[in-house]
Amino acid sequence: MTTGVLPRHRSLVWAGPAAGIALLLLAFGWHISVGAKTIPLPTVAEALVAYDSSVFDHVVIVDLRLPRAVFAVLVGAALSVAGALMQGVTRNPLAEPGLLGLLIGASFAVVIVVGVFDLASPALMPLVAALGALVAAVAVWGIATAAPGGATPLTLVLAGAAVTAFLGALVTVANLLDEQTFEELRVWLTGSLAGRRIEVMWWALPWLASGLAVALATARQVTALAMGEETAVGLGMNVGRLKALVLFAVIALTASAVAIAGPMGFVGLVVPHAVRLFVGQDYRLVVPWSAIAGAGYLLLVDIAARMALAPVEISTGLVTALLGAPIFVWLVRARL
Amino acid sequence: MSRSATTGSCRLSVEQVSSGYGGTTIVQDVSLDVPGGALTILVGPNGCGKSTLLKTMARVLPTSRGRILLDGRPVHETPTREVARRLALLPQGPVAPEGLRVRELVAQGRYPHQSLMRQWSREDARAVEQAMEAADVAQFADRPVSDLSGGQRQRCWIAMVLAQETDIILLDEPTTFLDLKVQVELLQLLRRIAHEEGRTLVIVLHELNVAAAFADLLVMMKGGRLVAQGPVGTAFTSEALRQVFGLEANVVPDPVSGRPVCVPVVSAGFALAAQ
Ligand SMILES: Nc1ncnc2c1ncn2[C@@H]1O[C@H](COP(=O)(O)OP(=O)(O)OP(=O)(O)O)[C@@H](O)[C@H]1O
Ligand SMILES: [Mg+2]
Repeated sequence: MTTGVLPRHRSLVWAGPAAGIALLLLAFGWHISVGAKTIPLPTVAEALVAYDSSVFDHVVIVDLRLPRAVFAVLVGAALSVAGALMQGVTRNPLAEPGLLGLLIGASFAVVIVVGVFDLASPALMPLVAALGALVAAVAVWGIATAAPGGATPLTLVLAGAAVTAFLGALVTVANLLDEQTFEELRVWLTGSLAGRRIEVMWWALPWLASGLAVALATARQVTALAMGEETAVGLGMNVGRLKALVLFAVIALTASAVAIAGPMGFVGLVVPHAVRLFVGQDYRLVVPWSAIAGAGYLLLVDIAARMALAPVEISTGLVTALLGAPIFVWLVRARL
Repeated sequence: MSRSATTGSCRLSVEQVSSGYGGTTIVQDVSLDVPGGALTILVGPNGCGKSTLLKTMARVLPTSRGRILLDGRPVHETPTREVARRLALLPQGPVAPEGLRVRELVAQGRYPHQSLMRQWSREDARAVEQAMEAADVAQFADRPVSDLSGGQRQRCWIAMVLAQETDIILLDEPTTFLDLKVQVELLQLLRRIAHEEGRTLVIVLHELNVAAAFADLLVMMKGGRLVAQGPVGTAFTSEALRQVFGLEANVVPDPVSGRPVCVPVVSAGFALAAQ
């Protein structure tokens, strides 16, 4: 946005994002400082800016804690943006990678490839997750469309629940058959940022980046599509192409998040709705703000997951579900 | 963009078009030359295919036969954004997303004039303000559309279409929810746009007397076909009303304007009961 809209409040246009990013950096630093041993924020900053491998705290920060904070940022941003796009394009306030079955689809595919075929190559992980998410999305859409009344918010969520239950059961069966391999996957399957999945993260980054880029580039059209397909066509949008692009972005973002941290439910539901309360319905604002707020949200949730019952650590995905489920109930009551 | 140059000539024509949904044909073999710089009003009973025809003209629906020409070129084969700079559509009963503010809604109308490189310009801001003035929604600019009354909401959507600044505007029932006075004001605005700015308007209406009062060309539809079209004086007859709507009505001239007005015939029994 250039001049014209808000010529007098130009400084304000930058104040919001600047404050958001500053808060995000603060949450990032706090996240790293928290742990078995609390490391003061100045040391955290020092380790990040001027790393010294002879200082023990620096090694802990960069080798152990930094990856986890980065995972939280990436996964939180990816899932939130995916949720925001899904809600806009389907005009469904309940659309979210978890509720519509994409997370379980991606996880199931990973479990099968890793657990059953023993192919644990990190390069394959995001691709496998993407295929799983795509198949699940198509299945959920197909079931909901076939239901009486078509693909309404409720039939979509019900179809998502059915697919989630079905694939979840299959995952459990696979789990029972091969407990050995599943030892590591078990934690991952609850949605965890604790795994040492740095290799996977590098392979997931291109997916995440391209998903985010497409999301930002299509944000303007998503606003119009949220006003109905006929209106969007009337305004000169190529609705078919737009939907394909958004689907790609949603799948790529979901897949990269699952590859890194497993299924992390409700993040894509909670964050975009909170963001809309502040910035309104214009997706040129909703998308970037969902990325920032989602990253911050998951950092805070992960801090809570480690502090709540310390020294016992709760899976981050369990905390996102604990926080998300009540908000889901509230949305159903308020918006349907 | 010179608008007055095109006044009178036909820029949008429908040539033997059939269209519908999936396998079912709704609109059948319709031909219509929409006059430029004038108000064309389309009337017909519920479910006769008015919206379907309008959507086909705006390339939202494909044709199964025939073609629609916009400036001599088939709309369905013209790049969609190029069409959107010349032709705008207000669909019937559009719904704004919860919480979208009036100004944001109206600003969507600028989409076809923008691109990734050219996101928002002074020109866009001017067009949005002007459209909100014209549709008389400027005082709600910062309120969420979902908080407004049905009639106020309707005017916001009209503002969005006006902000698109196209020469041709298709409006599907823009006056539902409006009280009669506001309907008349709105049609006066639309007539001014047509006659003074030389824009071409096609409007679906249900209110027959309002249609008769404003139409430059009146088109009547029934069962997916055009039954009558012409200036109000020749098309708006009691015979046509009986044929299209199954309505028994006297058509009499308005004592002041001389325009025809229809007065439904109330059966004698009811008339007596009323006395
Ligand atoms: N999306 C759709 N899918 C299938 N059939 C449709 C669809 N929309 C409309 N129809 C059918 O097409 C026919 C014509 O509908 P259309 O909306 O064009 O009528 P209309 O003249 O605009 O009526 P109204 O005055 O009630 O708006 C109706 O029989 C309707 O059931
Ligand atoms: Mg209609």
